[in-house]
Order: sequence, then C-alpha cells, then structure tokens
Amino acid sequence: MRSAIHFVSAALALAALAFTSMSPAIAADAPDPAADAKAFRKFFTQKFPKVEPRDFVNGPYSMNEDMHRQWEEKEQFPPYEFSLEMGKEMFATPFKNGRSYADCFPNQGIGIRQNYPYFDEKEGKVVTLELALNRCREVNGEAPFSYVKDEMAALTAYMAFTSRGKPFDIKIPNDPRALDAYQNGERYFYTRRGQLNFSCATCHVQAPGERVRAEVLAPAFGILNAMPIYRSEWSGMGTISRRFTTCNSQIRAVPLNPQDEEYRDLEYYLSYVSNGLPISGPGARP
Amino acid sequence: MRTNIQKFTFALASAMLIAGATSVLATGSEADFKAAYAAAEAANKEAGALRNQWTTTSASLAAAKKAADAGDFDRAIASSKEAEALAKASIFQATSEKEAWKALKIR
Repeated sequence: MRSAIHFVSAALALAALAFTSMSPAIAADAPDPAADAKAFRKFFTQKFPKVEPRDFVNGPYSMNEDMHRQWEEKEQFPPYEFSLEMGKEMFATPFKNGRSYADCFPNQGIGIRQNYPYFDEKEGKVVTLELALNRCREVNGEAPFSYVKDEMAALTAYMAFTSRGKPFDIKIPNDPRALDAYQNGERYFYTRRGQLNFSCATCHVQAPGERVRAEVLAPAFGILNAMPIYRSEWSGMGTISRRFTTCNSQIRAVPLNPQDEEYRDLEYYLSYVSNGLPISGPGARP
Repeated sequence: MRTNIQKFTFALASAMLIAGATSVLATGSEADFKAAYAAAEAANKEAGALRNQWTTTSASLAAAKKAADAGDFDRAIASSKEAEALAKASIFQATSEKEAWKALKIR
C-alpha cells in the first residue's frame, strides 16, 4: 500500500515537473503578434540606427545615401505617374450597372489603404485590397483583373496615393482564426523554399542593404508600405501579388497562385509587423 | 540551424550524385523512361501537396519529355532521374522546415 502511494506520488511529481518544464516551450511557440511587432521594429532600428523609422518604407533607398539622392530626384518625375492617373480615372468611372468602386469600400475608398489587409470574421479569412477590388468588380458584374499588374496596379496605386502618410493600422481581432492566419503568414515568411533554399527572411531580414547582383535588398520592416511599385527591372508596375510570385520564382520555387491563402496571410503578417509606418505607395524601385 | 543547412546540402548532393551515377549507367528503353518519368512525376506531385515544388524539377521533367519525344531515351531517363532527385530534395526541405523555420524568427 505504502509503495503504491509512493509510486503515485512519484508519478504525480514527474507529471508536474514535465508540465512546468514544457510550459516555457509552449509559451515560446504561442503566437504573440504585439511582441513580434515590437521585436521586429527593434531588430531593424538597431541594425540601421541611422535610418529614421519612417524612412524604412523607402526600401533600398533607405539603406544607401547615394540611392536615396537618386530616389529624391526620381520623385520629381515619378515613373508610376501614368499608372496613378489611370487608376484615378478607372476609380471614378462607373461600372455598367451604374455603381462604382467607391460603393464597395468604407469612406468611398479614399484614404483607407492603411487598413488592408483585414481579417474578415464572417469569412474567417484575410481580405487584401487586391482581393476586395476584384470582388467589387465581380459583384457588380465585371470580369476580375489580373492580380499582378496593369489595371490592378493602377487601382491600388490610386488608393495608396489617397492614403499617403497614414500609418499602417492592421488589426488582429480576438478570433483564433485570425491568430492562425497571422501565424501562417509568419511561418511562410521564415520558411526556406525553392532550390536556392531561401526564405523571405534570408534576403529581407538577414541581408537588407546588401547586394544581390546589382540589386540592394530592402528591409522587411515597411516593405509593403510603398506598394504597388514601378520597377525598372519589370519595365512597369507591379502589385504585392507580383512581388510575392516573382520572389518565389527567383529562388526557384514554383509560385503559388496570386491571392492563395498563404500569400494573403503573408501580407497580413508583414503589414501587421509594420504597423505605425506610413503608407508611401505608389513607389518606384530599381 | 547550420546543421539543418548541412543536412539539406548533403541530401541534395547525395540525390544529385545518385541521379548522375544512374544516368551514366542507364542504357535506356522507352519502358525504362516511362518508369523513371512516372517516379519523378509522383515525387513532384508529393512536393506539390506540400506546396513546395521547385521550378528546376518542372524544367527537368520538361527536358525529359522533350528528349523522349526525340527518341533519345538515355537523355530522357537521365533528366527524369534528375527531376526525381530534385523533387525528393524539395520534399525533404518542406518536411524539415516544418520546425526549422522557427530558428530564423526575430525574437
């Protein structure tokens, strides 16, 4: 009897020990977006102490003084201007049914870019601005646009322009599915893929400011604030979808489809950890 | 972290070596090609289910098909073996990254 009591006590003590020793590990893996965002900001501001936090949104131009001067000159006659004008005109043109983009968005779609993507609690998924624009078209009987360039880039350029200077304000509602989406995006960001065995973080956390061939790599902090962008390399405009899919191809990974759940979650994560940084889109990059 | 990279590099190198050695020994028939191609396609499909296909796998599969269409089965088998090796490496990568990604996280 006594030995049985000893055995039970020992088992209980072991179980308690196992529980207490496991708790920190569980805690370390539990998502804590606010702590992540704080650590993210701290990492980049400590790595680049001379860069003003709000200047990170200028990507490679924030990393190098000569490039920054080039960018200032480029902004006198910005290469995205044609796209911006086209987006403004498209946004104001009614659909065949008489309704317009403004009818699909809060505040008639003006000055709202900083709130996208958001987590839709009805749908249980992340909704990006690009996705919301195509849904707006479809619900009004119009064919959706390609997610990667041209019309979609023009529309998002105009919407970003009306939101310039407004700080990213991405919310994670008290919904376990929202936290899952955030964590899924985080996992995607740090996961190595492609034959080159790179993750997004390999370039944009470990090596911002360094060169890959002729390109200066942008920091991940604020990397989406300037989207969409005119890229000289593309000889045209590109959206966030274009950026994600081409990044994947460059590391020899087969890209997913634009607006697949992984990309939407990645955008949610990257936007959340850049909360507080101003929208600067549309932008221009080498 | 470094161990993971070393393991990954070793797995990729081994796979490529096996593929290379097999291709040297191959004296291909159409049936051999079909078997090699089917094995490569199956591995690439598995990588697809893990959302981690490589562009180089697709390129090797396309090269295998092109060589087979031209009647060059030795080359077609070699490309199929290469595609299979690449697909298996991508599966290894996706599997190991299920936990390994955490090592890169900013904390």
